[in-house]
Amino acid sequence: MGRARTIARRTFLIGSAAVAGGVAFGVYKVKTPHDNPLAEGLGEGEATFNPFVKITPEAITLITPHADIGQGVVHMQAALISEELDVEFGQFETDFGAPDPAYWNTALSAEAVPFASFDDSFGARTMRGAVDGMAKLMGLMGTGGSSSVPDQYEKLRAAGAVARETLKLAASQQSGVAVGELKTANGAVQLPDGSSLTYTDLAEAASGLDPVTDVTLRDPSTWRLIGKPMARKDIPAKTTGAQIYGIDLKIDGMVHASTRVSPRRGAMNGYEANGADTMPGVSSILPITGGVAVVANSTWRAMNAVNQIEFDWADAPYPAEQDAHWAEVAASFTEERLDKEWRADGDVDAAMDGAEVISSEYSAGYVAHQPLEPLNAIVRADENGAEVWTGHQLPRFLQQKVAAIVGCEPDDVVYHNQYSGGSFGHRLEWDNITQAAEIAVQMRGTPVKLTLSREEDFATDYPRQIGMSRSKGTVKDGKVDSWSLDIATVSATRSMSGRLGVPVPGPDTQIAAGAWAMAYGIPNLRVRAYAVPELAPTSSWRSVGASTAGFFAESFLDELIHAAGADQIEERMRLCNNDVHRKVLEAVAEMSNWGSAMGANKGRGVALVESFGVPVAQVIEVTNTDAGIKIDRVYVAADVGRVIDPVNFENLVQGGVVWALGHAINSEITYSDGMAEQTNYHASEGMRMYQTPEIIVKGLENAEKIRGIGEPPVPAAPPALANAIFAATGQRIREMPFNKHIDFV
Amino acid sequence: MQLTINGTPHDIEIEPDTPLLWVLRDEIGLTGTKYGCGIAQCGACTVHVDGEARRSCQVQIGDLEGAEVTTIEGFGSPDKLSLVQQAWVDHQVAQCGYCQSGQVMQATALLELNDSPTDEDIDRVMSGNLCRCGTYPRIRAAIHDAAAKIKGA
Ligand code: FES
Ligand code: FES
Repeated sequence: MGRARTIARRTFLIGSAAVAGGVAFGVYKVKTPHDNPLAEGLGEGEATFNPFVKITPEAITLITPHADIGQGVVHMQAALISEELDVEFGQFETDFGAPDPAYWNTALSAEAVPFASFDDSFGARTMRGAVDGMAKLMGLMGTGGSSSVPDQYEKLRAAGAVARETLKLAASQQSGVAVGELKTANGAVQLPDGSSLTYTDLAEAASGLDPVTDVTLRDPSTWRLIGKPMARKDIPAKTTGAQIYGIDLKIDGMVHASTRVSPRRGAMNGYEANGADTMPGVSSILPITGGVAVVANSTWRAMNAVNQIEFDWADAPYPAEQDAHWAEVAASFTEERLDKEWRADGDVDAAMDGAEVISSEYSAGYVAHQPLEPLNAIVRADENGAEVWTGHQLPRFLQQKVAAIVGCEPDDVVYHNQYSGGSFGHRLEWDNITQAAEIAVQMRGTPVKLTLSREEDFATDYPRQIGMSRSKGTVKDGKVDSWSLDIATVSATRSMSGRLGVPVPGPDTQIAAGAWAMAYGIPNLRVRAYAVPELAPTSSWRSVGASTAGFFAESFLDELIHAAGADQIEERMRLCNNDVHRKVLEAVAEMSNWGSAMGANKGRGVALVESFGVPVAQVIEVTNTDAGIKIDRVYVAADVGRVIDPVNFENLVQGGVVWALGHAINSEITYSDGMAEQTNYHASEGMRMYQTPEIIVKGLENAEKIRGIGEPPVPAAPPALANAIFAATGQRIREMPFNKHIDFV
Repeated sequence: MQLTINGTPHDIEIEPDTPLLWVLRDEIGLTGTKYGCGIAQCGACTVHVDGEARRSCQVQIGDLEGAEVTTIEGFGSPDKLSLVQQAWVDHQVAQCGYCQSGQVMQATALLELNDSPTDEDIDRVMSGNLCRCGTYPRIRAAIHDAAAKIKGA
């Protein structure tokens, strides 16, 4: 057992801190770091250098702990390690790894603190540091908030470099050639005489060494992979049906289950089996929280039998009818429900006194997530623990949730993360997993595979927050002069954290996300967030608060600029007080040839919204046709500091725009009789091929910090579309989904 | 019930109203064909029945006596991509990938009938296939590319 195994984690952290400039050296040293989970169970002659790289005589394994929900994050993580380790795709395997505190997310603090992303003041840094420290102590592992790239960008390159230098040291000892004369490429150390030693051959020698931590990360100008177009390693399997998702997994001896729980999200008073229990293949009907599960010998038989059962559901804990939800939102602009006044520049009240005030109200309803792979999970509960197979974004909380049901320690829950067929926030929730665990404890020893029907998935989705805004503003001398923006939404953050059992103190940073920190120097600007008490339970929906607040803000700003008689981009540019943001505006102006003549019935709209630290500007062009609005083109510029893979970047931006526009046009969840009225995709369609515009994407790299791109493309699209529709038709749309007010082709 | 799946004869005994989708996935173990909606709204379950693109969630096994079914697995594998699949990889289409079996099957059927599809043809034939990740622009480009290759071949 080499010393590498016991101290690898600590030395790795020192290594990574040292390359970051040595600032955090002492800090890492005083706080006991987490052990390297790969050291456990390592065989003779097998080496691990840090929690992310393991090399045995047979194989190179890279641990990519972030959950892959379609954003290509396994590939991204592997590329970061490979860049420094000098291994090629095809030479290594990837593994999500076991849940472990060593994989704590170092970038979650960015949105968790009430400071603007670009605020680098002492207070902002201290608060982020405190949250980071907490995340580290708790070993908070998570994928979300577009944090994977910022979390892993340095850490994984350092992990690759530490492993590479240690392998070189092993090669040097074996060959007698000085380390300085050794090079690495293609998964091997190359000697000056032209011969080479593969990493797998060096595993045994390396396993006896202390990892070399005195490493320097390569200069970007020498990168082989980062910044260049890549071919994602998961794509061939996903193109041929060979990719196994959670829903495709088969575990020996497993049974199939389907559930029905209260569509009113409350209790079940009772049920009538109605013959379901004697249907072919059905073995039992079991109670679970809020409903029942049918266990059968196939997915189809289980789903069929569930549909046969007659249920008596208790009332919903929220208003039964949608109108009452809206009434509650509208009644929330009060002193008692003020969550936080986020911004108070100048004196809004004084500026409006005696001036002609423009005011309007915007609204955005609940929207479902509904990724295409229905939720599912396989759980086997044993006497002393459990094993779980499913895709999820919070692996260590998953262990806690399952352990509480099974009656074991979280560490006794063995978790196998899976590639997911999308999430958009859906795989931050628990019901599919806790339900599978509740069934599994009633038949210990047997693996239970739960597959939700699409209808059950719709009925039990935790949709996006519902909300409204009230804006007032004035213009003076052709310029925007004052603006009071009040936003009231339910708190998806508190709804989620309630189910997680981890209260989030302080104001909800999401209610006015994308609006309060707007990079505009309007002389008099006030932004207030109001928290509507919990109605239907809600959850994070791709881009979270900014998906509603961005629409409210950039649409009303359009109204003000229109009233001022100014050009929509020029006035935004004049108001813009941040260079990075101004450059994305400049970029879309140029890309779209803003200001050039358009044909009849056409219009352009613009919007700029920051999301998870990424400023995104979009210009949308529409035509008002006889059949309705046609979205012709979307120009997008986004600044993430550094683009890791331009191809995947473009794909994610295009996908984010499609996601945002589809839902803004035609999707919402409404409640009646306490239940979601939309039961499947026919009633909540999103975008389809025939509506999809051309989407032209540009990634900028002016920002100082590197950021993720999964969510940021979403918020600017709906206001840019609404503003374009106004330009083309003179009709201002102030409510999502837009098809309540105007037809689309 | 006797039918051929990807060239292999199968004798299947099951309730005749079972959708082909679930026979493929649960009984035969061909999981490349996906369940998305069960009501012909998403296209994730698209297979070819006697050469025609069909939603397998809507086809009852009892109606398939003697039929020839081809699933995504019948068209290629990661090491041996079909021409359409190669175009998909070249354009880096997939995100989560869950819809892509159905997209590839639908596009393959389109290209078998029409090797020069216009954007309007693509809109008409591909709009029944949902992609929640929004890969439509790349799907369109991949279809045009595949069409060019078919004509060039
Ligand atoms: S599962 Fe058949 S069309 Fe959706
Ligand atoms: S790639 Fe995810 S649904 Fe199409």
